[in-house]
Amino acid sequence: MDTIYDLIDKLLPFSWAGYTFMKNALLGVLIISPLFGMLGTMIVSNRMAFFSDALGHSALTGIALGTVLGLAGTDASMVIFAVIFALLLNRIRRRKTLSTDTVISVFASLSMAIGLVILSAGGKFSSYSSILVGDILSISAGEIGLLLMVLILTAVFWFACFNKLHATGISDTLARSKNIHCALIEDLFCVLMAVIVMFSIRWVGILIINALLILPAAASRNISANVREYSLFSVIISVFSGITGLILSYYLGTATGPSIVIIASAIFFMTLMLQAVRTKG
Amino acid sequence: MNKPKRDNKIKNQHLSPVLHNTPVPDNTGRDMPHLHETAAAQDAACGLHCIQVRDLGVRDGNNVILENINLHIHCGKLTAVIGRNGAGKTTLIRAILGDIRHEGSIELTDLKDRTVKSLRLGYVPQYINIEKNTPMSVYDFFAGFISNRPIFLWKDKKVYQRVKEQLKLFEAQDFIDKRVCDLSGGELQRVLLSIAVTPIPNLLLLDEPVSGIDRNGMELFYEQIVKLKRNYDLAMIVVSHDFRFVRDYADYVILLDKTIIKEGTPEEVLKSLEFARVFGGADYGYDL
Repeated sequence: MDTIYDLIDKLLPFSWAGYTFMKNALLGVLIISPLFGMLGTMIVSNRMAFFSDALGHSALTGIALGTVLGLAGTDASMVIFAVIFALLLNRIRRRKTLSTDTVISVFASLSMAIGLVILSAGGKFSSYSSILVGDILSISAGEIGLLLMVLILTAVFWFACFNKLHATGISDTLARSKNIHCALIEDLFCVLMAVIVMFSIRWVGILIINALLILPAAASRNISANVREYSLFSVIISVFSGITGLILSYYLGTATGPSIVIIASAIFFMTLMLQAVRTKG
Repeated sequence: MNKPKRDNKIKNQHLSPVLHNTPVPDNTGRDMPHLHETAAAQDAACGLHCIQVRDLGVRDGNNVILENINLHIHCGKLTAVIGRNGAGKTTLIRAILGDIRHEGSIELTDLKDRTVKSLRLGYVPQYINIEKNTPMSVYDFFAGFISNRPIFLWKDKKVYQRVKEQLKLFEAQDFIDKRVCDLSGGELQRVLLSIAVTPIPNLLLLDEPVSGIDRNGMELFYEQIVKLKRNYDLAMIVVSHDFRFVRDYADYVILLDKTIIKEGTPEEVLKSLEFARVFGGADYGYDL
Protein backbone atom coordinates (compact mmCIF):
# COMPACT_ATOMS: atom_id res chain seq x y z
CA MET A 1 0.00 0.00 0.00
CA ASP A 2 2.84 2.39 0.86
CA THR A 3 4.35 2.00 -2.58
CA ILE A 4 1.03 2.95 -4.12
CA TYR A 5 0.82 6.00 -1.86
CA ASP A 6 4.36 6.98 -2.90
CA LEU A 7 3.39 6.56 -6.51
CA ILE A 8 0.38 8.83 -6.09
CA ASP A 9 2.62 11.42 -4.38
CA LYS A 10 4.99 11.34 -7.31
CA LEU A 11 2.36 11.38 -10.02
CA LEU A 12 0.01 13.86 -8.41
CA PRO A 13 1.93 16.56 -6.57
CA PHE A 14 -1.25 18.43 -5.64
CA SER A 15 -2.38 19.50 -2.22
CA TRP A 16 -5.53 17.35 -2.30
CA ALA A 17 -3.51 14.21 -3.00
CA GLY A 18 -1.37 14.81 0.06
CA TYR A 19 -3.88 13.37 2.52
CA THR A 20 -4.11 9.63 3.01
CA PHE A 21 -7.92 9.70 3.03
CA MET A 22 -7.87 11.41 -0.35
CA LYS A 23 -5.43 8.84 -1.68
CA ASN A 24 -7.71 6.08 -0.50
CA ALA A 25 -10.73 7.82 -1.94
CA LEU A 26 -8.95 8.20 -5.25
CA LEU A 27 -8.11 4.49 -5.32
CA GLY A 28 -11.70 3.68 -4.38
CA VAL A 29 -13.01 5.84 -7.23
CA LEU A 30 -10.53 4.28 -9.63
CA ILE A 31 -11.99 0.86 -8.83
CA ILE A 32 -15.67 1.70 -8.45
CA SER A 33 -16.06 3.96 -11.48
CA PRO A 34 -14.91 1.53 -14.21
CA LEU A 35 -16.90 -1.20 -12.46
CA PHE A 36 -20.04 0.93 -12.62
CA GLY A 37 -19.27 1.99 -16.17
CA MET A 38 -19.16 -1.64 -17.31
CA LEU A 39 -22.14 -2.80 -15.30
CA GLY A 40 -24.19 0.21 -16.37
CA THR A 41 -24.04 -0.63 -20.07
CA MET A 42 -25.70 -3.96 -19.41
CA ILE A 43 -28.24 -2.53 -16.95
CA VAL A 44 -29.32 0.07 -19.49
CA SER A 45 -29.31 -2.32 -22.47
CA ASN A 46 -31.28 -4.98 -20.65
CA ARG A 47 -33.71 -2.41 -19.22
CA MET A 48 -32.90 -3.14 -15.60
CA ALA A 49 -32.56 0.41 -14.25
CA PHE A 50 -35.53 -0.09 -11.97
CA PHE A 51 -34.03 -3.30 -10.79
CA SER A 52 -30.70 -1.85 -9.73
CA ASP A 53 -32.49 0.99 -7.98
CA ALA A 54 -34.57 -1.47 -5.97
CA LEU A 55 -31.42 -3.38 -5.14
CA GLY A 56 -29.82 -0.27 -3.70
CA HIS A 57 -32.82 0.36 -1.48
CA SER A 58 -32.67 -3.16 -0.11
CA ALA A 59 -29.35 -2.33 1.52
CA LEU A 60 -31.16 -0.68 4.42
CA THR A 61 -33.03 -3.87 5.27
CA GLY A 62 -29.79 -5.81 4.98
CA ILE A 63 -28.12 -3.58 7.52
CA ALA A 64 -31.16 -3.61 9.77
CA LEU A 65 -31.30 -7.41 9.73
CA GLY A 66 -27.61 -7.50 10.62
CA THR A 67 -28.11 -5.28 13.65
CA VAL A 68 -31.21 -7.19 14.79
CA LEU A 69 -29.34 -10.48 14.56
CA GLY A 70 -26.48 -8.88 16.44
CA LEU A 71 -23.85 -9.51 13.77
CA ALA A 72 -20.52 -7.80 14.25
CA GLY A 73 -20.24 -6.54 10.69
CA THR A 74 -23.41 -5.80 8.76
CA ASP A 75 -21.64 -6.40 5.43
CA ALA A 76 -22.44 -10.11 5.41
CA SER A 77 -26.14 -9.67 6.19
CA MET A 78 -26.35 -6.92 3.58
CA VAL A 79 -24.86 -9.03 0.82
CA ILE A 80 -26.85 -12.15 1.68
CA PHE A 81 -30.11 -10.23 1.87
CA ALA A 82 -29.38 -8.41 -1.39
CA VAL A 83 -28.59 -11.66 -3.22
CA ILE A 84 -31.86 -13.25 -2.05
CA PHE A 85 -33.72 -10.06 -2.89
CA ALA A 86 -32.15 -9.91 -6.35
CA LEU A 87 -33.06 -13.50 -7.16
CA LEU A 88 -36.61 -12.94 -5.96
CA LEU A 89 -36.98 -9.78 -8.01
CA ASN A 90 -35.58 -11.51 -11.06
CA ARG A 91 -38.19 -14.21 -10.72
CA ILE A 92 -40.90 -11.57 -10.66
CA ARG A 93 -39.33 -9.74 -13.58
CA ARG A 94 -39.37 -12.88 -15.66
CA ARG A 95 -43.08 -13.37 -15.17
CA LYS A 96 -43.99 -10.87 -17.80
CA THR A 97 -47.70 -10.93 -17.15
CA LEU A 98 -47.42 -8.67 -14.12
CA SER A 99 -46.57 -5.06 -14.46
CA THR A 100 -43.02 -5.68 -13.34
CA ASP A 101 -41.83 -2.16 -12.67
CA THR A 102 -44.79 -1.61 -10.36
CA VAL A 103 -44.10 -4.80 -8.45
CA ILE A 104 -40.39 -4.01 -8.23
CA SER A 105 -41.22 -0.57 -6.86
CA VAL A 106 -43.47 -2.10 -4.25
CA PHE A 107 -40.74 -4.46 -3.11
CA ALA A 108 -38.15 -1.69 -3.08
CA SER A 109 -40.34 0.60 -1.02
CA LEU A 110 -41.24 -2.17 1.38
CA SER A 111 -37.66 -3.24 1.95
CA MET A 112 -36.57 0.34 2.46
CA ALA A 113 -39.40 0.99 4.90
CA ILE A 114 -38.60 -2.14 6.90
CA GLY A 115 -34.99 -1.10 7.09
CA LEU A 116 -35.85 2.44 8.16
CA VAL A 117 -38.30 1.25 10.83
CA ILE A 118 -35.83 -1.13 12.40
CA LEU A 119 -32.89 1.26 12.24
CA SER A 120 -34.84 4.23 13.54
CA ALA A 121 -36.20 2.34 16.54
CA GLY A 122 -35.10 4.24 19.62
CA GLY A 123 -34.17 7.31 17.57
CA LYS A 124 -30.79 5.96 16.52
CA PHE A 125 -31.12 6.47 12.78
CA SER A 126 -28.71 9.41 12.64
CA SER A 127 -25.80 7.02 13.09
CA TYR A 128 -26.82 5.24 9.90
CA SER A 129 -27.71 8.26 7.82
CA SER A 130 -24.29 8.31 6.15
CA ILE A 131 -25.37 5.31 4.11
CA LEU A 132 -27.89 7.48 2.30
CA VAL A 133 -25.33 9.73 0.63
CA GLY A 134 -22.26 7.60 1.17
CA ASP A 135 -18.81 8.72 2.17
CA ILE A 136 -15.95 7.67 -0.05
CA LEU A 137 -13.51 9.70 2.06
CA SER A 138 -13.84 7.18 4.88
CA ILE A 139 -12.75 4.16 2.84
CA SER A 140 -9.85 2.18 4.31
CA ALA A 141 -7.03 0.28 2.65
CA GLY A 142 -8.58 -3.11 3.52
CA GLU A 143 -11.87 -2.09 1.99
CA ILE A 144 -10.11 -1.03 -1.17
CA GLY A 145 -8.66 -4.53 -1.37
CA LEU A 146 -12.15 -5.97 -1.07
CA LEU A 147 -13.39 -3.73 -3.89
CA LEU A 148 -10.45 -4.79 -6.02
CA MET A 149 -11.52 -8.40 -5.60
CA VAL A 150 -15.04 -7.51 -6.68
CA LEU A 151 -13.58 -5.77 -9.74
CA ILE A 152 -11.60 -8.88 -10.67
CA LEU A 153 -14.66 -11.09 -10.16
CA THR A 154 -16.71 -8.82 -12.40
CA ALA A 155 -14.03 -8.79 -15.09
CA VAL A 156 -13.97 -12.60 -15.11
CA PHE A 157 -17.75 -12.76 -15.37
CA TRP A 158 -17.70 -10.12 -18.08
CA PHE A 159 -15.26 -12.06 -20.23
CA ALA A 160 -17.08 -15.34 -19.74
CA CYS A 161 -20.70 -14.26 -20.05
CA PHE A 162 -20.93 -10.90 -21.80
CA ASN A 163 -22.09 -12.27 -25.16
CA LYS A 164 -24.70 -14.51 -23.61
CA LEU A 165 -26.00 -11.77 -21.37
CA HIS A 166 -26.12 -9.39 -24.30
CA ALA A 167 -28.09 -11.91 -26.38
CA THR A 168 -30.52 -12.46 -23.51
CA GLY A 169 -31.15 -8.74 -23.38
CA ILE A 170 -32.11 -8.55 -27.06
CA SER A 171 -34.58 -11.43 -27.14
CA ASP A 172 -34.64 -14.35 -24.77
CA THR A 173 -36.52 -16.56 -27.21
CA LEU A 174 -33.82 -16.00 -29.80
CA ALA A 175 -31.13 -16.62 -27.16
CA ARG A 176 -32.95 -19.78 -26.13
CA SER A 177 -32.80 -21.07 -29.73
CA LYS A 178 -29.03 -20.71 -29.53
CA ASN A 179 -28.94 -22.84 -26.40
CA ILE A 180 -28.26 -20.00 -24.03
CA HIS A 181 -29.63 -20.59 -20.55
CA CYS A 182 -31.21 -17.20 -20.15
CA ALA A 183 -32.57 -17.70 -16.66
CA LEU A 184 -29.24 -18.91 -15.29
CA ILE A 185 -27.25 -16.14 -16.95
CA GLU A 186 -29.66 -13.49 -15.72
CA ASP A 187 -29.61 -14.89 -12.21
CA LEU A 188 -25.82 -14.82 -12.19
CA PHE A 189 -25.85 -11.26 -13.40
CA CYS A 190 -28.32 -10.24 -10.71
CA VAL A 191 -26.23 -11.87 -8.00
CA LEU A 192 -23.15 -10.09 -9.30
CA MET A 193 -25.04 -6.82 -9.35
CA ALA A 194 -26.19 -7.39 -5.78
CA VAL A 195 -22.62 -8.04 -4.63
CA ILE A 196 -21.23 -4.97 -6.41
CA VAL A 197 -23.97 -2.68 -5.17
CA MET A 198 -23.60 -3.88 -1.58
CA PHE A 199 -19.83 -3.56 -1.54
CA SER A 200 -19.92 -0.05 -2.88
CA ILE A 201 -23.03 1.35 -1.24
CA ARG A 202 -21.23 2.64 1.87
CA TRP A 203 -19.00 4.79 -0.30
CA VAL A 204 -21.52 5.84 -2.88
CA GLY A 205 -24.79 6.01 -0.96
CA ILE A 206 -28.26 4.58 -1.50
CA LEU A 207 -29.68 7.79 -2.93
CA ILE A 208 -27.21 8.14 -5.75
CA ILE A 209 -25.89 4.68 -6.51
CA ASN A 210 -28.33 4.21 -9.36
CA ALA A 211 -27.41 7.55 -10.91
CA LEU A 212 -23.79 6.47 -11.02
CA LEU A 213 -24.73 3.15 -12.57
CA ILE A 214 -27.03 4.56 -15.22
CA LEU A 215 -25.62 7.97 -16.19
CA PRO A 216 -22.30 6.98 -17.81
CA ALA A 217 -23.97 4.24 -19.84
CA ALA A 218 -26.85 6.50 -20.83
CA ALA A 219 -24.42 9.23 -21.91
CA SER A 220 -22.30 6.77 -23.83
CA ARG A 221 -25.38 5.41 -25.58
CA ASN A 222 -25.99 8.80 -27.13
CA ILE A 223 -22.69 8.85 -28.97
CA SER A 224 -21.90 5.19 -29.73
CA ALA A 225 -22.60 3.15 -32.83
CA ASN A 226 -21.60 -0.26 -31.56
CA VAL A 227 -20.98 -2.30 -28.43
CA ARG A 228 -17.25 -1.54 -28.36
CA GLU A 229 -17.74 2.21 -28.34
CA TYR A 230 -20.62 1.89 -25.91
CA SER A 231 -18.53 0.03 -23.32
CA LEU A 232 -15.40 2.10 -23.82
CA PHE A 233 -17.11 5.51 -23.63
CA SER A 234 -19.16 4.40 -20.65
CA VAL A 235 -16.05 3.43 -18.68
CA ILE A 236 -14.20 6.60 -19.71
CA ILE A 237 -17.12 8.86 -18.78
CA SER A 238 -17.54 7.03 -15.49
CA VAL A 239 -13.87 7.30 -14.52
CA PHE A 240 -13.64 10.90 -15.67
CA SER A 241 -16.68 12.05 -13.69
CA GLY A 242 -15.52 10.01 -10.69
CA ILE A 243 -12.11 11.68 -10.51
CA THR A 244 -13.23 15.22 -11.35
CA GLY A 245 -16.12 14.88 -8.92
CA LEU A 246 -13.76 13.79 -6.16
CA ILE A 247 -11.30 16.65 -6.73
CA LEU A 248 -14.10 19.18 -7.07
CA SER A 249 -15.72 18.04 -3.85
CA TYR A 250 -12.39 18.47 -2.07
CA TYR A 251 -12.02 22.08 -3.14
CA LEU A 252 -15.68 23.00 -2.72
CA GLY A 253 -16.11 21.05 0.50
CA THR A 254 -19.17 19.24 -0.85
CA ALA A 255 -20.24 15.60 -0.57
CA THR A 256 -18.31 13.49 -3.11
CA GLY A 257 -21.06 11.22 -4.48
CA PRO A 258 -23.46 14.00 -5.50
CA SER A 259 -20.58 15.98 -7.02
CA ILE A 260 -19.77 13.00 -9.23
CA VAL A 261 -23.41 12.70 -10.21
CA ILE A 262 -23.53 16.37 -11.26
CA ILE A 263 -20.46 15.95 -13.48
CA ALA A 264 -21.88 12.77 -15.01
CA SER A 265 -25.22 14.49 -15.64
CA ALA A 266 -23.46 17.40 -17.32
CA ILE A 267 -21.69 14.93 -19.60
CA PHE A 268 -25.00 13.23 -20.30
CA PHE A 269 -26.56 16.48 -21.50
CA MET A 270 -23.50 17.25 -23.59
CA THR A 271 -23.75 13.88 -25.35
CA LEU A 272 -27.46 14.45 -25.82
CA MET A 273 -26.75 17.72 -27.63
CA LEU A 274 -24.00 16.09 -29.64
CA GLN A 275 -26.43 13.43 -30.75
CA ALA A 276 -29.04 16.01 -31.70
CA VAL A 277 -26.48 17.92 -33.76
CA ARG A 278 -25.32 14.73 -35.42
CA THR A 279 -28.77 13.49 -36.42
CA LYS A 280 -29.66 16.93 -37.83
CA GLY A 281 -26.45 17.24 -39.81
CA MET B 1 -36.99 -40.64 -50.99
CA ASN B 2 -38.24 -44.18 -50.61
CA LYS B 3 -36.87 -44.94 -47.22
CA PRO B 4 -38.78 -42.28 -45.32
CA LYS B 5 -41.93 -43.30 -47.13
CA ARG B 6 -41.66 -46.82 -45.86
CA ASP B 7 -41.03 -45.50 -42.44
CA ASN B 8 -44.20 -43.49 -42.58
CA LYS B 9 -46.30 -46.43 -43.42
CA ILE B 10 -45.21 -48.05 -40.21
CA LYS B 11 -46.38 -45.12 -38.12
CA ASN B 12 -48.94 -43.40 -40.17
CA GLN B 13 -51.04 -41.92 -37.41
CA HIS B 14 -49.67 -38.59 -38.49
CA LEU B 15 -49.16 -38.09 -42.14
CA SER B 16 -45.72 -37.06 -43.19
CA PRO B 17 -45.10 -34.29 -45.68
CA VAL B 18 -43.18 -36.82 -47.74
CA LEU B 19 -46.36 -38.65 -48.53
CA HIS B 20 -47.80 -35.62 -50.16
CA ASN B 21 -45.75 -35.29 -53.25
CA THR B 22 -48.81 -35.49 -55.46
CA PRO B 23 -48.69 -32.76 -58.06
CA VAL B 24 -51.12 -29.95 -57.64
CA PRO B 25 -52.79 -28.86 -60.84
CA ASP B 26 -51.47 -25.45 -61.69
CA ASN B 27 -54.45 -23.55 -62.94
CA THR B 28 -53.32 -20.16 -61.81
CA GLY B 29 -51.10 -19.50 -64.78
CA ARG B 30 -48.52 -17.93 -62.46
CA ASP B 31 -44.90 -18.57 -63.14
CA MET B 32 -43.92 -19.26 -59.59
CA PRO B 33 -42.68 -22.80 -59.17
CA HIS B 34 -44.76 -25.14 -57.08
CA LEU B 35 -41.98 -26.60 -55.10
CA HIS B 36 -43.89 -29.54 -53.77
CA GLU B 37 -44.20 -30.85 -57.28
CA THR B 38 -40.61 -30.24 -58.29
CA ALA B 39 -37.62 -32.24 -57.28
CA ALA B 40 -36.07 -29.26 -55.55
CA ALA B 41 -36.16 -30.89 -52.16
CA GLN B 42 -33.79 -33.56 -53.30
CA ASP B 43 -31.01 -31.13 -54.08
CA ALA B 44 -29.34 -30.97 -50.72
CA ALA B 45 -31.60 -32.60 -48.19
CA CYS B 46 -31.05 -36.29 -47.70
CA GLY B 47 -34.55 -36.85 -46.41
CA LEU B 48 -33.17 -39.13 -43.79
CA HIS B 49 -33.54 -36.93 -40.78
CA CYS B 50 -36.91 -36.87 -39.25
CA ILE B 51 -38.24 -34.73 -36.47
CA GLN B 52 -41.10 -36.04 -34.45
CA VAL B 53 -43.26 -33.98 -32.17
CA ARG B 54 -45.37 -36.21 -29.97
CA ASP B 55 -48.38 -35.16 -27.91
CA LEU B 56 -47.16 -31.64 -27.45
CA GLY B 57 -49.34 -29.56 -25.18
CA VAL B 58 -49.07 -26.21 -23.45
CA ARG B 59 -51.13 -25.15 -20.48
CA ASP B 60 -51.35 -21.91 -18.59
CA GLY B 61 -52.89 -22.93 -15.31
CA ASN B 62 -56.19 -24.59 -16.25
CA ASN B 63 -56.25 -22.83 -19.57
CA VAL B 64 -55.31 -25.09 -22.48
CA ILE B 65 -53.32 -23.20 -25.09
CA LEU B 66 -52.21 -26.17 -27.18
CA GLU B 67 -52.94 -29.88 -26.98
CA ASN B 68 -52.35 -33.12 -28.85
CA ILE B 69 -49.91 -31.72 -31.37
CA ASN B 70 -48.31 -34.53 -33.35
CA LEU B 71 -45.96 -33.68 -36.16
CA HIS B 72 -43.62 -35.63 -38.32
CA ILE B 73 -41.23 -33.55 -40.35
CA HIS B 74 -38.45 -34.58 -42.72
CA CYS B 75 -35.45 -32.57 -43.74
CA GLY B 76 -35.90 -30.69 -46.97
CA LYS B 77 -39.56 -30.06 -46.30
CA LEU B 78 -41.35 -26.86 -45.52
CA THR B 79 -44.28 -27.15 -43.16
CA ALA B 80 -46.49 -24.10 -42.93
CA VAL B 81 -48.52 -23.39 -39.83
CA ILE B 82 -51.62 -21.28 -40.33
CA GLY B 83 -54.46 -20.27 -38.05
CA ARG B 84 -56.33 -17.27 -36.79
CA ASN B 85 -54.86 -14.89 -34.21
CA GLY B 86 -54.50 -16.55 -30.84
CA ALA B 87 -54.66 -20.05 -32.28
CA GLY B 88 -51.34 -20.86 -30.61
CA LYS B 89 -49.00 -20.56 -33.59
CA THR B 90 -46.29 -18.59 -31.82
CA THR B 91 -46.80 -20.70 -28.71
CA LEU B 92 -46.13 -23.83 -30.76
CA ILE B 93 -42.86 -22.34 -31.99
CA ARG B 94 -41.84 -21.31 -28.50
CA ALA B 95 -42.71 -24.75 -27.11
CA ILE B 96 -40.56 -26.46 -29.73
CA LEU B 97 -37.77 -24.06 -28.83
CA GLY B 98 -38.12 -25.03 -25.18
CA ASP B 99 -38.78 -21.42 -24.27
CA ILE B 100 -42.01 -22.30 -22.47
CA ARG B 101 -42.99 -25.31 -20.43
CA HIS B 102 -44.78 -27.99 -22.42
CA GLU B 103 -45.88 -31.62 -22.36
CA GLY B 104 -44.84 -34.22 -24.89
CA SER B 105 -41.58 -34.77 -26.65
CA ILE B 106 -39.61 -33.53 -29.62
CA GLU B 107 -37.06 -35.90 -31.13
CA LEU B 108 -34.70 -35.99 -34.03
CA THR B 109 -34.15 -39.40 -35.53
CA ASP B 110 -31.51 -40.28 -38.07
CA LEU B 111 -33.20 -42.86 -40.26
CA LYS B 112 -29.87 -44.11 -41.54
CA ASP B 113 -28.97 -45.75 -38.27
CA ARG B 114 -32.13 -45.19 -36.26
CA THR B 115 -30.40 -43.14 -33.62
CA VAL B 116 -31.90 -40.27 -31.74
CA LYS B 117 -29.77 -37.20 -32.09
CA SER B 118 -29.81 -33.90 -30.34
CA LEU B 119 -31.79 -31.41 -32.29
CA ARG B 120 -30.18 -28.17 -33.36
CA LEU B 121 -32.70 -25.42 -33.76
CA GLY B 122 -32.70 -22.18 -35.68
CA TYR B 123 -35.24 -19.50 -35.00
CA VAL B 124 -36.31 -16.35 -36.79
CA PRO B 125 -38.55 -14.29 -34.52
CA GLN B 126 -41.49 -12.32 -35.82
CA TYR B 127 -39.78 -9.14 -34.79
CA ILE B 128 -37.27 -8.04 -32.22
CA ASN B 129 -37.77 -4.97 -30.19
CA ILE B 130 -34.70 -2.80 -30.57
CA GLU B 131 -34.99 0.76 -29.39
CA LYS B 132 -33.87 3.70 -31.45
CA ASN B 133 -30.21 4.60 -30.96
CA THR B 134 -29.26 1.24 -29.53
CA PRO B 135 -25.48 1.07 -29.90
CA MET B 136 -25.25 -2.34 -31.49
CA SER B 137 -23.98 -3.05 -34.97
CA VAL B 138 -25.06 -6.04 -37.02
CA TYR B 139 -21.58 -7.43 -36.44
CA ASP B 140 -22.01 -7.19 -32.64
CA PHE B 141 -25.42 -8.79 -32.81
CA PHE B 142 -24.18 -11.66 -34.97
CA ALA B 143 -20.77 -12.23 -33.38
CA GLY B 144 -22.34 -12.52 -29.94
CA PHE B 145 -24.00 -15.75 -31.07
CA ILE B 146 -21.15 -17.42 -32.89
CA SER B 147 -18.13 -16.43 -30.85
CA ASN B 148 -17.18 -16.63 -27.21
CA ARG B 149 -14.91 -13.67 -27.53
CA PRO B 150 -16.62 -10.78 -25.73
CA ILE B 151 -18.00 -8.34 -28.28
CA PHE B 152 -16.89 -5.31 -26.27
CA LEU B 153 -13.33 -6.08 -27.34
CA TRP B 154 -11.95 -5.00 -30.71
CA LYS B 155 -13.25 -6.91 -33.70
CA ASP B 156 -11.78 -10.26 -34.52
CA LYS B 157 -10.88 -10.48 -38.22
CA LYS B 158 -11.80 -14.15 -38.54
CA VAL B 159 -15.17 -13.70 -36.87
CA TYR B 160 -15.81 -10.59 -38.96
CA GLN B 161 -15.10 -12.53 -42.13
CA ARG B 162 -17.34 -15.36 -41.08
CA VAL B 163 -20.18 -13.01 -40.21
CA LYS B 164 -19.81 -11.35 -43.58
CA GLU B 165 -19.90 -14.66 -45.43
CA GLN B 166 -23.01 -15.76 -43.57
CA LEU B 167 -24.73 -12.43 -44.21
CA LYS B 168 -23.86 -12.74 -47.88
CA LEU B 169 -26.07 -15.82 -48.13
CA PHE B 170 -29.03 -13.53 -47.69
CA GLU B 171 -27.64 -10.47 -49.44
CA ALA B 172 -27.16 -8.71 -46.15
CA GLN B 173 -23.37 -8.30 -46.13
CA ASP B 174 -23.58 -4.53 -46.63
CA PHE B 175 -25.32 -4.09 -43.29
CA ILE B 176 -22.48 -5.54 -41.23
CA ASP B 177 -21.32 -2.21 -39.80
CA LYS B 178 -24.75 -0.62 -39.64
CA ARG B 179 -26.62 -0.31 -36.40
CA VAL B 180 -29.32 -2.95 -36.04
CA CYS B 181 -31.87 -0.30 -35.08
CA ASP B 182 -31.31 1.51 -38.40
CA LEU B 183 -32.26 -1.48 -40.55
CA SER B 184 -35.64 -1.70 -42.23
CA GLY B 185 -37.97 -4.54 -41.35
CA GLY B 186 -36.97 -6.58 -44.38
CA GLU B 187 -33.26 -6.00 -43.84
CA LEU B 188 -33.48 -7.01 -40.20
CA GLN B 189 -35.39 -10.12 -41.22
CA ARG B 190 -32.57 -11.18 -43.51
CA VAL B 191 -29.99 -10.60 -40.78
CA LEU B 192 -32.09 -12.69 -38.39
CA LEU B 193 -32.33 -15.39 -41.02
CA SER B 194 -28.57 -15.56 -41.42
CA ILE B 195 -28.12 -15.72 -37.65
CA ALA B 196 -30.66 -18.53 -37.45
CA VAL B 197 -28.80 -20.69 -39.98
CA THR B 198 -25.35 -20.17 -38.44
CA PRO B 199 -24.57 -22.96 -37.77
CA ILE B 200 -27.02 -24.87 -39.97
CA PRO B 201 -29.86 -26.18 -37.79
CA ASN B 202 -31.81 -29.40 -38.28
CA LEU B 203 -35.03 -27.55 -37.82
CA LEU B 204 -35.56 -23.93 -38.72
CA LEU B 205 -38.50 -22.20 -37.09
CA LEU B 206 -39.77 -19.05 -38.70
CA ASP B 207 -42.36 -16.75 -37.30
CA GLU B 208 -43.32 -14.76 -40.33
CA PRO B 209 -43.44 -11.04 -39.80
CA VAL B 210 -46.95 -9.63 -39.97
CA SER B 211 -46.05 -6.00 -40.41
CA GLY B 212 -43.15 -3.71 -41.12
CA ILE B 213 -42.09 -5.34 -44.36
CA ASP B 214 -43.21 -4.16 -47.76
CA ARG B 215 -44.27 -6.37 -50.63
CA ASN B 216 -40.81 -6.45 -52.22
CA GLY B 217 -39.14 -7.20 -48.93
CA MET B 218 -41.54 -10.06 -48.34
CA GLU B 219 -40.94 -11.47 -51.80
CA LEU B 220 -37.18 -11.38 -51.23
CA PHE B 221 -37.66 -13.04 -47.85
CA TYR B 222 -39.62 -15.88 -49.45
CA GLU B 223 -36.99 -16.31 -52.12
CA GLN B 224 -34.35 -16.69 -49.42
CA ILE B 225 -36.44 -19.29 -47.64
CA VAL B 226 -36.83 -21.31 -50.82
CA LYS B 227 -33.10 -21.04 -51.51
CA LEU B 228 -32.39 -22.27 -48.02
CA LYS B 229 -34.65 -25.23 -48.45
CA ARG B 230 -33.00 -26.12 -51.71
CA ASN B 231 -29.42 -25.73 -50.57
CA TYR B 232 -29.35 -27.09 -47.06
CA ASP B 233 -30.24 -30.24 -45.26
CA LEU B 234 -32.84 -28.81 -42.95
CA ALA B 235 -36.53 -28.93 -42.15
CA MET B 236 -38.60 -25.80 -41.76
CA ILE B 237 -41.68 -24.83 -39.85
CA VAL B 238 -43.02 -21.48 -40.99
CA VAL B 239 -45.81 -19.64 -39.25
CA SER B 240 -47.45 -17.83 -42.12
CA HIS B 241 -50.21 -15.32 -42.62
CA ASP B 242 -49.84 -15.24 -46.35
CA PHE B 243 -51.88 -17.97 -48.03
CA ARG B 244 -50.31 -17.26 -51.38
CA PHE B 245 -46.95 -18.15 -49.89
CA VAL B 246 -48.43 -21.25 -48.31
CA ARG B 247 -49.97 -22.36 -51.57
CA ASP B 248 -46.84 -21.77 -53.61
CA TYR B 249 -44.08 -22.88 -51.30
CA ALA B 250 -45.27 -25.18 -48.55
CA ASP B 251 -44.94 -28.95 -48.78
CA TYR B 252 -47.34 -29.52 -45.97
CA VAL B 253 -49.80 -27.33 -44.16
CA ILE B 254 -51.11 -27.41 -40.64
CA LEU B 255 -54.21 -25.52 -39.66
CA LEU B 256 -53.99 -24.79 -36.00
CA ASP B 257 -56.65 -23.90 -33.49
CA LYS B 258 -55.43 -25.08 -30.10
CA THR B 259 -54.79 -28.38 -31.81
CA ILE B 260 -54.31 -29.46 -35.40
CA ILE B 261 -57.76 -29.19 -36.94
CA LYS B 262 -56.67 -29.95 -40.49
CA GLU B 263 -53.43 -31.00 -42.13
CA GLY B 264 -52.30 -32.04 -45.57
CA THR B 265 -51.04 -30.57 -48.79
CA PRO B 266 -51.68 -26.85 -49.35
CA GLU B 267 -54.42 -27.86 -51.77
CA GLU B 268 -56.15 -30.08 -49.24
CA VAL B 269 -56.00 -27.64 -46.37
CA LEU B 270 -56.74 -24.41 -48.20
CA LYS B 271 -59.82 -25.91 -49.82
CA SER B 272 -61.06 -27.67 -46.72
CA LEU B 273 -64.20 -26.94 -44.77
CA GLU B 274 -62.13 -26.33 -41.68
CA PHE B 275 -60.16 -23.64 -43.46
CA ALA B 276 -63.34 -21.99 -44.67
CA ARG B 277 -64.78 -22.11 -41.18
CA VAL B 278 -61.71 -20.48 -39.60
CA PHE B 279 -61.05 -17.88 -42.24
CA GLY B 280 -64.45 -17.35 -43.76
CA GLY B 281 -63.61 -18.88 -47.11
CA ALA B 282 -63.32 -16.63 -50.14
CA ASP B 283 -63.60 -13.52 -48.02
CA TYR B 284 -59.86 -13.54 -47.77
CA GLY B 285 -59.51 -12.46 -51.34
CA TYR B 286 -57.11 -15.16 -52.38
CA ASP B 287 -58.10 -17.05 -55.44
CA LEU B 288 -57.35 -20.48 -54.16
